[in-house]
Amino acid sequence: MDFLRPATWDEALAAKAGRPDAVPLSGGTDIMVEINFDHRRPDALLDLNRIADLREHTREGDGSGAPYIRVGAAVPYSTIVEHLHGPLPALALASHTVASPQIRNRGGVGGNLGTASPAGDAHPALLAADAVVEAESAERGVRLVPIDDFYTGVKRNCLAPDELIRAVRVPVADGPQQFSKVGTRNAMVIAVCAFSVALHPRSGRVRTGIGSAAPTPVRARAAEDFLAGVLAEERAWQRRGALPPSAVREFADLVSGAASPIDDVRGTGDYRRHALRVMARRTLAWVWDEYRDGHGDGYEDGEGAGACA
Amino acid sequence: MRVTFTANGREVTADEVWEGESLLYVLRERLGLPGSKNACEQGECGSCTVRLDGVPVCSCLVAAGQAQGREVETVEGLARGEGELAPIQQAFVEAGAVQCGFCTPGLLVAADDLLKHNPQPDDADIREALSGNLCRCTGYEKILDAVRLAAARSAAAGTGGAV
Repeated sequence: MDFLRPATWDEALAAKAGRPDAVPLSGGTDIMVEINFDHRRPDALLDLNRIADLREHTREGDGSGAPYIRVGAAVPYSTIVEHLHGPLPALALASHTVASPQIRNRGGVGGNLGTASPAGDAHPALLAADAVVEAESAERGVRLVPIDDFYTGVKRNCLAPDELIRAVRVPVADGPQQFSKVGTRNAMVIAVCAFSVALHPRSGRVRTGIGSAAPTPVRARAAEDFLAGVLAEERAWQRRGALPPSAVREFADLVSGAASPIDDVRGTGDYRRHALRVMARRTLAWVWDEYRDGHGDGYEDGEGAGACA
Repeated sequence: MRVTFTANGREVTADEVWEGESLLYVLRERLGLPGSKNACEQGECGSCTVRLDGVPVCSCLVAAGQAQGREVETVEGLARGEGELAPIQQAFVEAGAVQCGFCTPGLLVAADDLLKHNPQPDDADIREALSGNLCRCTGYEKILDAVRLAAARSAAAGTGGAV
């Protein structure tokens, strides 16, 4: 086995171009388990720990009116929880449910995306927030992949063999966001299933993400469209009134219907569908209550901007 | 390959390290530091917890080559000197927080790190900080007692986080 240790991002891209078989290694929370258990023997490991840029997060895009946080691929979950909960509430909530403090100190979103497990905790939040993955190769430069196009199958993504994940661009929240996950305990749990919802009052949209209940992380598009339609029809964004219970139920049913879960060791498909219905109802109530209470105001200039400094 | 890093303040070198080897293996099998325990090898149990550049991590999930040039602190580095336990270690002894002892090194590093950053943790803080460390003997109550005891002593001594 070769152990490649690029000191810079350009060196890493060159190394990956020269050795497309090299497996990128960052927090090690997936790869090292596979190696320890002899489930995988890559011909080469590409260690990304020396590249400090990958652990940085910056606020960008303010001039364009669509600000986002550029989260370096190796920014640890603990940093996201501590420093990015204002601008990226769903991702921070999801990050807090990852494993344990020790794992959150090492793992990051780049690895979650690289592994592309349907159970990865970050995925539902990235889908709900409408993130963009920044992939890069030495030959073709940067490629921006909308999160909707990123996941291609069970533990598969759209990266080319010579590409590495540089960062993920997550829009600064313009409304309340939530994340919920079902497991047997709070810590050290792979999701039985997970759900995230984000209100986007500026565009009148709603976005969602479902984890661990389909071959890939997926959105519940019918549920999103239904709820956005109800909110527009009722002028609810402006009135900030209570949601009709029938609409909440329908949203929850549509979320559950968007999943295609299997029975496995962590839970049955039926249980997952049920749990998604419950999580969808609860998280919608949380975000809508937050919006009604006015916390949806000033995400751009207030909480979001301040918490990212 | 050769790997050189700082372990408990001392520069150490291991030769003929296999590229897929974990930091835990290097510590235990090549450097004579068997305090960190090898249990689950998948980051579930926390028995192998060490500080890497000051941050608690599972050493079973750090590739040895990733430690090159960095600072590692293991449970062996907690005690201040020969025969003198660190306050958190003393508290574990007095509270009866040790039974078989296998999880203890990881819990000590995790608890020490908690008190360093949060000298007066409440119970929720303690549970959160130790949520990545499994113990199959104690039922955790004595471990929580030990952390509370160490925190109370540091408050009484006015040492803040310097436990």
